[in-house]
Amino acid sequence: MKLIVTATAPDIDAAVDPRFGRGAYFIEIDTETGQWHAHENQAVNASGGAGSQAAQAVVRQGAGAVVSGDFGPNAHLVLAAADVRMYLLGTSKTPREAAAALAAGSLPEVSGPTSPGHHGGRGGQ
Amino acid sequence: MAAAAGSRGAVAPPLRIAVASGKGGTGKTTVASSLALSLAQGEPGLPPPPPPYFLDCDVEGPNAHLFLKPDLRRRRDVLTSIPHVDAAKCSGCGKCAEVCQYHAIAVLGKKTLVFSQLCHGCGSCTLVCPEGAITEEPRVTGVLEAGRAAGGIPFARGVLDVGEPMATPAIRQLKKWAIPAPGPAGAVVILDAPPGTSCPVVEAARGCDYLLLVTEPTPFGLHDLRLAAEVAAELGMPAGVIINRDGIGDAGVDAFCAQAGLPVLMRIPFERTIAEGVAQGQTLVEIHPEYAPRFRALVATVLEQVGSQPMTSSPSGAEPVRRGRARP
Repeated sequence: MKLIVTATAPDIDAAVDPRFGRGAYFIEIDTETGQWHAHENQAVNASGGAGSQAAQAVVRQGAGAVVSGDFGPNAHLVLAAADVRMYLLGTSKTPREAAAALAAGSLPEVSGPTSPGHHGGRGGQ
Repeated sequence: MAAAAGSRGAVAPPLRIAVASGKGGTGKTTVASSLALSLAQGEPGLPPPPPPYFLDCDVEGPNAHLFLKPDLRRRRDVLTSIPHVDAAKCSGCGKCAEVCQYHAIAVLGKKTLVFSQLCHGCGSCTLVCPEGAITEEPRVTGVLEAGRAAGGIPFARGVLDVGEPMATPAIRQLKKWAIPAPGPAGAVVILDAPPGTSCPVVEAARGCDYLLLVTEPTPFGLHDLRLAAEVAAELGMPAGVIINRDGIGDAGVDAFCAQAGLPVLMRIPFERTIAEGVAQGQTLVEIHPEYAPRFRALVATVLEQVGSQPMTSSPSGAEPVRRGRARP
């Protein structure tokens, strides 16, 4: 299965990024072989709808599961519609740790949006 | 052609003055409401002119009603059209998601998802759908309200529903609903714009004749004044500055205005009596009546400045060519 973990740098041992839609990198990990690739999150600077765009990118990559710190309502809607399972980071500090924790069954699975939505950082106005 | 002071004919579009600031809390509403009341008073000894129209365009936090105390009797919903996808007709081709500039549609296999809060209601998805699977459904996002205010001022405001992220449709519909058609020369419309310099401000200022920028002489005020002046330049609008809380801060705002060619039209001192009056719901001209003739003189100056500059928007009130940015 392809697993995606959000990270702050393009490395499996980099610090995780607690944001999904505006997370800096997606680390794609093959859970069978342990091979990994880093993808830049193209939605990171979107003026709005970052969550749904990032989620669509994840779906296009064929991911079966995503681990991040927060899933807003739009991201959740897209990922759930595409049957991508969502997990929270728990105490994982790196994508490698997150993959191991997921394999051990110790990551909490998300059943609904974990935040009320951010709408392009409008809070800054 | 510009609507010049001397050439406003028997029937003319109203003079539309948008009051903006960039930085919040600089005194936009204090200035806009005082300007409206001063014009409604008219010159002593002359028959009173028709009162100006007042539009509170700060739909995310309207507050001009606290000062002008309108009797809001007329109401209308703010409606945006959002797409509804008929799953039986949808082939999942994804053209709707591609055309959407606001990422309000996602197509996943045969599932098409609509994010109604991201939708601007532009209708592009409906147009491009080859299967005719999309219909548009109205969605209420707020309310427009209107009535007479102090001084007989025709007052209108928009109030966005809590949690709605999209202010621009409410402002656009407010302006369409409340700005009068061309009529007898001399009508004035005052638009109290939202703070900031993003889409809601552009939407409020679009099509107006003049941008009145209220600032304070502090580094914060200057920072946002620069941005607001850029908005005026981008929209091709003549602009002028009112310095509120004059006497605090530094000389940066004055230096910037001189360098940018922005006239400083008025200075309102930093004064405890003004703050106390405003805190009790009084406008500046109620606290200090001597400001009323100064505000009327200011409008005369604005008229001269408008008349001397070519404008991007036609005097018939047509929208300028340049549209607001894609961001709400």
